[in-house]
Amino acid sequence: MPAEPVHETANNERRNWLSILAKAQPAEVSAAWDALAEPPTYSALRAPETGLVLVRGRMGGAGDAFNMGEMTVTRAAVRLESGETGIGYVAGRDRRHAELAAAVDAMMQAPALRPVVEGAVVAKLARAQAERRDTAARKAAATKVDFFTMVRTRGPQ
Amino acid sequence: MAYVSVKGGEKAITHAHQWLAEDRRGDPGVSELEVAQVREQLSLAVDRVMSEGSCYDRDLAALAVKQARGDLPEAIFLLRAYRTTLPRFGASLPVETEAMAVRRRVSAAFKDIPGGQVLGPTFDYTHRLLDFALAAEGGAAPEPAPQAEEPQAYPMPNIASVFRHEDLLEHDVRADEAPEPYDLTRQPMKFPADRDQRLQALARGDEGFLLSLAYSSQRGWGSTHPLCGEIRMGEVAVEFVPDELGFAIEIGEVTLTECTMLSGFAGSAERPPQYTRGYGLTFGHCERKAMSMAIVDRALRHREVGEQADAPVQDEEFVLYHSDNVEASGFVQHLKLSHYVDFQADLQLIRRLRKEHFERRAALKEAAE
Repeated sequence: MPAEPVHETANNERRNWLSILAKAQPAEVSAAWDALAEPPTYSALRAPETGLVLVRGRMGGAGDAFNMGEMTVTRAAVRLESGETGIGYVAGRDRRHAELAAAVDAMMQAPALRPVVEGAVVAKLARAQAERRDTAARKAAATKVDFFTMVRTRGPQ
Repeated sequence: MAYVSVKGGEKAITHAHQWLAEDRRGDPGVSELEVAQVREQLSLAVDRVMSEGSCYDRDLAALAVKQARGDLPEAIFLLRAYRTTLPRFGASLPVETEAMAVRRRVSAAFKDIPGGQVLGPTFDYTHRLLDFALAAEGGAAPEPAPQAEEPQAYPMPNIASVFRHEDLLEHDVRADEAPEPYDLTRQPMKFPADRDQRLQALARGDEGFLLSLAYSSQRGWGSTHPLCGEIRMGEVAVEFVPDELGFAIEIGEVTLTECTMLSGFAGSAERPPQYTRGYGLTFGHCERKAMSMAIVDRALRHREVGEQADAPVQDEEFVLYHSDNVEASGFVQHLKLSHYVDFQADLQLIRRLRKEHFERRAALKEAAE
């Protein structure tokens, strides 16, 4: 995607935490936020709004795009009292999820506030996701077929 | 013809809907079904509703199933109607299914596919005997599924990339400047249809209709002699470029089922012999649908490989115009709404024709005597 090369690292960092916030369960985000000792106050730049994103697939799996269907998405934008702004785009219709994602996004961009949420929210959510992914991957691996073959020599040449 | 406009029935309709609500609830002595229970325990019904409702939202689909009393085409209709109330923020980047966190991936064609045959949570190999243990109330939660010491490694290469270097399998091609994909929710059907338009229609299409078409193809009505190259199911991240940012971010994950069917192609003057591929992709875990879609997709590509097209499954107008169950259900079911005037008009016509028929007969008889 078109991104200014100078900002690429910052963008990649931001991409990473926005992804973690979006893929978290709404209740986890809420709980992590509520556990903050002094959550900052923020005001809505854009009140949470639910809409659709048209999901595209690739013809044949790797070809050009086709439209496969839509998904619900909620977005929000906030401004912290200290001035930083953040956005949230999260799958589903949970307004608080989008708003808190935006608030955390804003805090992650504020050097003074980043330590407050980096571990207690972002890293915590990332750990929960990695754990879920790992459990599913282990369950999947446990259903892998172990063929009993006399000789196993064939493969794509 | 005398025409009298008829109005009325409001009270009857209200009462009918009250009775519907009561019937939906069923015996009040039985605890009420929660939407979360539908979402978690009737998850394949939810998947079908999301897939054909063309809207990924597990909670909305579960609510639709509950409201429709388990009538899935009705639930699909409810979800389609709801989606029209929402604004569209834009389109995602195409999902990369090869990067899927696979929970299930099997290849019936190639035993030694890299990554292995991962069965996942499947009905396959169950004995299809009713399990009366599930009918017992207050049953204990099942044992958690076993976990391997090593997690499945991702990404798992798919059947196309495994054979990519050999050219035995058709490659997916990407245009340098691909046009925006066709969007049936904004543009009407057009013919001849390109593959992007066909795949969108099939992705929204009725599972039963596509299953029957795929079956008809297998039985010889436009056969593509398919082999199941690969089926995979799991989670894929959806990326979107918000206007505010100008770069792509992940906005969540969706569960998808993908199927690649392989069909042998004897070659032509321009193309060497190779396997061609049919493609199916659905929201959720809809394996029967994804397989059917892949067979129908391949059958509809007859022009590309110069196949003779004489079967229903190869007729894109027939397939695409009749695959949407919201449209089909609406048109069939509208027949139960008032057609009093049509019937009155028909009655008058038939009465007149009958009168003329008997008058002609009488005249002939008279002439004969």
